[in-house]
Amino acid sequence: MSEDKAPIQKFSLDRLRAGDRVEFARFVEETSPAIYRLALRILNDPQDAEDALQETYLKAMRAIASFEGRSSLTTWLYRIAVNEALMMVRKQRPQIRVEDEPEDEEGEAGQGMQIVDWCCLPERELVSDEARRFINMAIADLPENLRTTFVLRDVEGLSIKETAEALEISEMNVKTRLLRARLKMRESLSSYYAERMQEGLA
Amino acid sequence: MEGQLSCKHLLGNLSDYVDGELAQEFCAEIERHLAECENCQVVVNTLRKTVEIVHLTSEEIMLPEAIHHRLFACLQIPEPKRADPSE
Repeated sequence: MSEDKAPIQKFSLDRLRAGDRVEFARFVEETSPAIYRLALRILNDPQDAEDALQETYLKAMRAIASFEGRSSLTTWLYRIAVNEALMMVRKQRPQIRVEDEPEDEEGEAGQGMQIVDWCCLPERELVSDEARRFINMAIADLPENLRTTFVLRDVEGLSIKETAEALEISEMNVKTRLLRARLKMRESLSSYYAERMQEGLA
Repeated sequence: MEGQLSCKHLLGNLSDYVDGELAQEFCAEIERHLAECENCQVVVNTLRKTVEIVHLTSEEIMLPEAIHHRLFACLQIPEPKRADPSE
């Protein structure tokens, strides 16, 4: 699909609430590519992403009758999807769960940062198959609270406000988590691309 | 220069800066700092590129036809005909 994120509300809430299966099918058809992408980015495993996708819509189907419309339908769906994906994360590897980052404002930003300008690497290096696998892993290695924020904002393209609604946290909190997630991703990619630059020189 | 923006201060506002969400005066202050601080230039450029690459590679993730099919079967809802099947 060409859109950056799930399309804005264009479904009949009354029909959805009444259990109209054709309307629900339209809803699933429109939103499932984005929900699958979110699940795959959080879980980095196609089978787990499929399970999370199915669970999301099963749950949405059961809960839609009581949807109150305080957030948009899409944001509500993202909230369910994030929770399902996180449940799957905990099943996936309970023993090696990446701990959440503490929420305090004063981060360690700036300490031991990689200063390598890899932006000039050719496109084929930046998005090679190996680089893509590395990016998938780097996202999956983010602590859960940073990963969900990063995926909603930078993968799905939700606004800060929508991300805050989907995660039920403050906008300030979204911004703090987003900055940390982006800095961590920048560090990971910098290490990876710095090696590619070294190889290029060798 | 007294009162000049520090690298740490810039880092704290980096996300908002690359998202274009800062007030114009503050952006100008950041840009003055960037003009003189090569390290911060690299951090800003690579952070921007990081977000861009993640976005780019994520856009290519498609819902495979088989997973789409199993989803509709599991929900027991009518599967619409897909105009542009993606694999």
